[in-house]
Amino acid sequence: MKNFNGKALFIDRSDINTDEIIPAKYLTEISRESLKAYLLEDLKLEEFDPTTDLAGKSVIITRDNFGCGSSREHAPWALEANGINLVIAENFARIFKQNMFNCGMLAVELPSETIGKIFKLFAEKESIVEIDLNRSAIVIKGDGQQEEFIFSISDFDRALVETGGWVEYADSKY
Amino acid sequence: MGKTVAEKIFASHIIDNPSGDINVIRLDAVFCHEITTPGAINDLIARGKDKVFDPSKIKAVIDHVSPAKDSKTALQGKILRDWARRHKITDFFDIGRNGVCHAIFPEKGFVRPGYTIIMGDSHTCTHGAFCAFAAGVGTTDLEVGILKGVCAFHYPKTIQISITGSLGKGVYAKDVILSVISVLGVNGATNRVVEFAGPVIDSMSMESRMTLCNMAVEAGATCGICYPDMTTVEYLWEFIQDEFKSKDEALEKYSEFAADPDAEYDRIIDHDVSNLEPQVTFGYKPDLVKNVQEMEGEKVDQVYIGSCTNGRIEDLRIVAEVMKDNRISDSVRCIISPATPRIYQQALEEGLMKIFMDAGACITNPTCGACLGMSNGVLAEGEVCASTTNRNFNGRMGKGGMVHLMSPATAAASAIAGKITNSRLYASE
Repeated sequence: MKNFNGKALFIDRSDINTDEIIPAKYLTEISRESLKAYLLEDLKLEEFDPTTDLAGKSVIITRDNFGCGSSREHAPWALEANGINLVIAENFARIFKQNMFNCGMLAVELPSETIGKIFKLFAEKESIVEIDLNRSAIVIKGDGQQEEFIFSISDFDRALVETGGWVEYADSKY
Repeated sequence: MGKTVAEKIFASHIIDNPSGDINVIRLDAVFCHEITTPGAINDLIARGKDKVFDPSKIKAVIDHVSPAKDSKTALQGKILRDWARRHKITDFFDIGRNGVCHAIFPEKGFVRPGYTIIMGDSHTCTHGAFCAFAAGVGTTDLEVGILKGVCAFHYPKTIQISITGSLGKGVYAKDVILSVISVLGVNGATNRVVEFAGPVIDSMSMESRMTLCNMAVEAGATCGICYPDMTTVEYLWEFIQDEFKSKDEALEKYSEFAADPDAEYDRIIDHDVSNLEPQVTFGYKPDLVKNVQEMEGEKVDQVYIGSCTNGRIEDLRIVAEVMKDNRISDSVRCIISPATPRIYQQALEEGLMKIFMDAGACITNPTCGACLGMSNGVLAEGEVCASTTNRNFNGRMGKGGMVHLMSPATAAASAIAGKITNSRLYASE
């Protein structure tokens, strides 16, 4: 299994599309590692600078409909190349969410009130996210404060994360 | 209880139910292009599994950057080309015979009512116009589709949108779908199939239905679907005439896939388009839509007419109708990209190309090109494009560029005026 723990990057915007996550001009790159430098290059957000804001971050916490638009799996690949294997959001676009699990990565959905609370409590702090997949629990720690949140994950998605992705799963079964 | 279209298609395609509402379905076709497929091919090779489940069910095209613009895009094309040859994928379309995937695959008769189709491209939902379940997927789903001919989906929930009333002059399928997206919002149909029903759809051509279904994903939908009728059968007849004794027999067979009257829907929406005006987007999301009148006079640097949304012959005929005997404004550059060689040829034969050239347009070969800012008309920072494509995301057609989505008629009128303009000013009576 991949590592899902680490420092959180808070992105306070909904409807972040995959063109913003990785612009199409970089889809000519064949190696996944070469996408690393371009993650969130076109994100439309005041005062966001990917070159500094992404440094050392392992988890993204964001709002509604993350990953909408293009089907490009380069979006999760660019996250993974930056050591980000977990995105927490109110919800995700279908293809992006499936791509995350297909790559053995985690797309965790929490209700909008919970996301709102997380932003309020932790967005301004240096916050660390720890995940306990067996208990479907997320622990967020920051500045002496700690909160636990339970999420739901289907058995299928859990199996994809545990086996490393859809190719391994499908190849052993079909 | 009756079934929706997607429920009927799933009923005959489910091979496994690994958990909850997750179903693994058998695929009738796997479509491939050179941007998202090479990653799948390379990964299969690395795993020692360079195989395909059925070469006759895999269709491949080089369309996104064609001709190749540099060494990297040339390599992507080469990987797809070599793979197609290696596995005897005979339905492979290379330059000279290639077109935008969601235009050329239906044109070749590869989409049939009741089919299940995936492609590593979000606009695969286009093919639902033929009453198929067609969904965009990522490279890993595509890889498994190529290897095993299966894909996993949540059991489909469906929103039925009934398009009622009648379309006014100068108002087209593109205006209808932009107005639908503005009602649903960019994730109003996430994890849902959208069925388009009603009298306005019944009177639409297959081209218009494809325009409509193409943008279903812009509301988050898995697939947009239209019911099969004689228009569907007529479009497909050259490919299916050996399978059926008559068109009526084909229609009877295909009608089995239409939704039952007592099908259960997640949501039913009645969308009256009688007073609909031409629609134009104004921000960086496709649900930010205004009537053209509110956008009139907005600056335009480039006009782009083409793509899997609006690069078909019907679109080019409308553009020609607007452009005939007019000149494109000196302040605007206009790029027209017929979506397939057949459309290109038809446009030549019908004299449309002469109209475009006389008006001062640049005509490119079929390719996705500028729609996603990869080639053939990328915007400079601060530039504005009036476009018949499907996405107005920040940077979509070039870093720092702005895209206004609209119909071919509005785009053509805007090219002539040099600013966003209502096509009704130009359309002939």
